[in-house]
Amino acid sequence: MRRAFSAVLMRDLRLATRAGGGGGMAVFFFLIVVTIVPLGIGPDLNLLAMIAPGMLWVGLLLSALLTLDRLFQADFEDGSMDILMMGDLPLEALVAAKAVGHWLTTGLPLVIAAPLLGLLLNLDESAYPPLMLAMLLGSPALSFLGTIGAALTVGVRRGGLLASLLVMPFYIPVLIFGVGAASAATSAMPSGVYGQSLSLLGAVSLVSLVVGPVAAAVALRANLR
Amino acid sequence: MSHTATSLTITDLACERGARRVFDGLSLSLEGGEALVLTGPNGVGKSSLLRQIAGLVEVSSGSISLAPADEDHPMAARLHYVGHLDALKPAMSVHETARFWADFYGGAADVMPALDAFDLVPLATLPVAYLSAGQKRRLGLSRLLLASRVLWLLDEPTVGLDTASIERLKGLMEAHLEGGGMIMAATHLDLGLAQARHFNLADVARQVTA
Repeated sequence: MRRAFSAVLMRDLRLATRAGGGGGMAVFFFLIVVTIVPLGIGPDLNLLAMIAPGMLWVGLLLSALLTLDRLFQADFEDGSMDILMMGDLPLEALVAAKAVGHWLTTGLPLVIAAPLLGLLLNLDESAYPPLMLAMLLGSPALSFLGTIGAALTVGVRRGGLLASLLVMPFYIPVLIFGVGAASAATSAMPSGVYGQSLSLLGAVSLVSLVVGPVAAAVALRANLR
Repeated sequence: MSHTATSLTITDLACERGARRVFDGLSLSLEGGEALVLTGPNGVGKSSLLRQIAGLVEVSSGSISLAPADEDHPMAARLHYVGHLDALKPAMSVHETARFWADFYGGAADVMPALDAFDLVPLATLPVAYLSAGQKRRLGLSRLLLASRVLWLLDEPTVGLDTASIERLKGLMEAHLEGGGMIMAATHLDLGLAQARHFNLADVARQVTA
C-alpha cells in the first residue's frame, strides 16, 4: 500500500514538473497578484508594509484555488481515475497522496517565494520568519480542504470555478488566523496573539488532514459511480 | 500464476444509468479457464456490466462475487479492467507509465517483459504524446501483464489494433486462460478464442422491456 501511495505521489510530482503540468503556474500567479498590488495602490511604503501580510495570504489562497481543478479532473478525463479507484489503495489514501502532491507543487513553493515577494511589498524583515511559519502551518489545509471541492466538481465541465466557490468558505479560517499570526508579529498586538493564531492555524490544518481525504473520497464515490 | 477453483458469479444483477433501467435479472457465471464474449447492439449495457464488475458503476440490485473469497483485497483490486480510455499521460514516457502501473498495482519489478509482449520496447523512452492510437492501445493493454490478476475485463480491446497486435493479444489471452484465469470481453469483432462462450445481452434486455 505504501508503494502504491508513493507511486501516485511521485507520478503527480513528475507530471507537475513536465510541460503542461502547471507546476510553476501557482508561483507565477502569486507573483503577478503581489506585483500588481503596489501598482494599483501607489508607492506608499507604510501602507504597503501594513497590508503586506494580508496581500501575501490572499495571493496564496488564490494561487491554491487556481490549481485545484487539476487534482482529479485530468485523471478523470483520460480514464486514469478508473484505474486509481481499482487498486488496493483506499480512496481516502489516494486523495491524501494527491493532496500531498498538490501541496508540494503549489503550497511549499509559495511559502518559499513569500519573503521575496514580501520585499516588493516593503514587508519588514523581522516579519519574514513568523509569516513563513504561519504559511507553512496553514498551506497544507488549503490543499487538503481543496480536495473536497475538486472531488465534488469532478466531471463537471469547467468545474474549476465551481470548486473555488465551494472551497472558499472553508479557506476563511485559514486566512483569518494566518493574517492574524503574521500581523501580530509585526504590529504592537497584545502578546500571546501570535502564539494563539499559530495554534489555531495548526489545528485547522490537522482537522483538514482528516476531513479532507474522507469527505473527498465520499464525494468521488458518489460522483463517479 | 495458478488460480485454483476460481469463479465469477453474477446473480440477478440490475443496472440503472440515470433513471433508465439498462438491464435486470442478469445471472451468469464464469469459471477459471473460461472466456465469455459479451455481444449485443450499442447501448444494451455491455460496458455498464463490465464497469459494474470493476466496481466503477453502482450495482442497483443483485450481487457479483469473485471466488475464492479474499478478505485482504477489494474485488476491484483482483481484476483488470481495460476500458475505452487508455488512462495515459502525454507527458510521461512509455516506460514511466508502465513503471507507475506496476508500482501502483504492487506488481512486476521489471516492466520490460510486459512491454515486450506488446512490442513496445523500441518505444520505451518515447513520451506517450508521440504514440499512435494503436500504440497507445497496446500500452493500455500492457497493464494486463504488469500485475497478475485472475479476471480480465476487456471493453472493445481490439479497437485501433493492427492484425499482428490482435494475434499477439489473442496469444496472451489464451495463455491467461490456460493459467486458470478468466476473461470477459465486450466486442463486436471475433476475438478468435476457440473456447469462448458467447452471451448476448440483448436477450436479457428484451425480457426487461417485455
